[in-house]
Amino acid sequence: MTVKRQNGRAFALSFRLAWRNIWRQKRRTWLTALAMIFSNVLLVFMISLQFGSYEMMINNTLGLLSGQVQVQRAGYLEEQKMRQVVDNVDELASNIRKRFPEASVAARASAFVLVSSAERSFATQVMGVEPAHEPGVSSIPGLVAQGRYLIAPDAAEIVIGRVMARNLKVIVGDELTFLGSGRDSSIAAGVVRVVGIFDSGSQDLDRSLAELPLGYFQDIFMMHDGGHTIALAFDKLSAVPEVIEPLSVVIGEQNDLVVLDWEALVPGLKQAIQADMTSAWFMYGVLIILVAFSVLNTQLMSVLERTREFGVIMALGIKPRRLALLVLLETFLMAALGFLIGVLLGSLVTGYFSQVGFAYPGMDEMAAKFNMSALMYPAMDPFSLMLGPSVVFVFCLFAAIYPTLKLYGLRPVEAMRAV
Amino acid sequence: MSAVICTDLCKYYQQGDAVIKGLDHVSLEIEQGAFICLSGPSGSGKTTLLNAIGGLDSLDSGEISIDGERVDLLGKSALADLRLKRIGFVFQAYNLIPVLSALENVEFVMLVQGVSAVERKQRSYNILREVGLEGMEDRRPDQLSGGQQQRVAVARAIVSQPRLVLADEPTANLDSQSMEKLMTLFCELNRMHKITFLIASHDQRVIAWAGRSIGMEDGRVIRDEVQQVC
Repeated sequence: MTVKRQNGRAFALSFRLAWRNIWRQKRRTWLTALAMIFSNVLLVFMISLQFGSYEMMINNTLGLLSGQVQVQRAGYLEEQKMRQVVDNVDELASNIRKRFPEASVAARASAFVLVSSAERSFATQVMGVEPAHEPGVSSIPGLVAQGRYLIAPDAAEIVIGRVMARNLKVIVGDELTFLGSGRDSSIAAGVVRVVGIFDSGSQDLDRSLAELPLGYFQDIFMMHDGGHTIALAFDKLSAVPEVIEPLSVVIGEQNDLVVLDWEALVPGLKQAIQADMTSAWFMYGVLIILVAFSVLNTQLMSVLERTREFGVIMALGIKPRRLALLVLLETFLMAALGFLIGVLLGSLVTGYFSQVGFAYPGMDEMAAKFNMSALMYPAMDPFSLMLGPSVVFVFCLFAAIYPTLKLYGLRPVEAMRAV
Repeated sequence: MSAVICTDLCKYYQQGDAVIKGLDHVSLEIEQGAFICLSGPSGSGKTTLLNAIGGLDSLDSGEISIDGERVDLLGKSALADLRLKRIGFVFQAYNLIPVLSALENVEFVMLVQGVSAVERKQRSYNILREVGLEGMEDRRPDQLSGGQQQRVAVARAIVSQPRLVLADEPTANLDSQSMEKLMTLFCELNRMHKITFLIASHDQRVIAWAGRSIGMEDGRVIRDEVQQVC
């Protein structure tokens, strides 16, 4: 207890000494702190913006069609064969809804067909969806630009993309015929009326996707009560890892079904994020190293100009270790100053843009590619706010190692002769 | 009992082709409680001898014992402990820590020694009062005169009650009045606390205060005589 108290008091004086030492050269300390503050503000904002844009990218991409989690037959993702079916898909979807009331759950089936209008034919994907539940997992129902979305679960109706409508030269109310293969390899054909045309912002999707009611799809494609996937969406992406295991239990009755999270469903998305993050951190790394060198320069100067003083202190019997701790403490205080002010200012800037949004030139094109808004909203969470400044903080402490090591090489007599 | 025993100390410096004799076979014995002045011109070896006794500088040959302990055999860490606990230093240029107050400068060494807060404060206030700086405890070095700064330096040197105080030209930057006060203080401390003082100075007025005067030249002891005690 006494030793602890003693150490505490020794630390208190060291702290006081370190704090006063860093203000001996006010201008130099402020210049170094400003370098840290500037980089911290920049890092807080850029990293928050980056995380915000990733979140938007993920939400928009997953929200468009795939959902965050899917239940499907093992191997369906890779092969997409008609007979890789989830049996009793309606019932299973209903069970999942009961088990996860916070989730939006929609059953689907999918097939590739030749769709024809009076004038043209194109190959496309048709998807059987539950009209009542699909809006919970996909933004396409809300993106219908002409007509309406599907309503009845088994009506002979279809919703197609804007590009497909243009290619087929059809408008709302026209009829389309389609021809494909059923689950049992029989010919599946139907005549459906176009009730809506959606505009997702993605040319590829608008050209190659059409949606039918699941009940009608099951009849035409001889699916009986089967489907191909059950898509789930949650309010927050962070809920996904926690539901994988309980969801596996719910589907356990059917052999060979798998639960896939968004990373498995859209692997390219995660890879794109990782690639972007790597290039961004390269830039951040350069910034952080520059700041660290600024701190190294300041602390080295500070040690060199106090050589005589350190010599005297060592002559009094103070060991280099204690002086090294003092210099580290000085660096710690300076880095903490840069950290606190940087995070505070960075949070204010980030907070402002998280409300009003942020855009930079050339954003529109990239945003459209990922079906994103041209405005990005930085993510305001402790992790994104603290990550960059924490790395700067640690690097600054590392930068003080060399100046502190110099203290171990000091000899009191020579040090006291220093000018 | 001898406080310090120096036997055949040699320390040489290479300066170009020439070899400078810092200490040239110096031997001397210092009794506990002695008040000694080392005198001699610049380059005579006074500071080198003080540094060697204080463990601040290494020797080429010879032995130094302080209270029976061989200083020349000690490692860096043990030497630091020796200086911290048993030797007080007073330098020509005061060398106070500029960002600490007079009181904090005096406390600093005791803090590292692990002296309790209450005792530390009490001893620091007492010693500052003893050196005539009562009421100036909170002043920083730049708010004190040269003489006052040197008094703080003396207080710092003796506050942890060392057995030996090594003072290198302590009066060089002081006016006559301040010099008188400082030497009076040294004498009082020597008498009251039985602290051994070894003062290097080429100032004849300082030499007059010493009970024993040792003259040095070219690294050698050329005179060692007892004087009237101050």
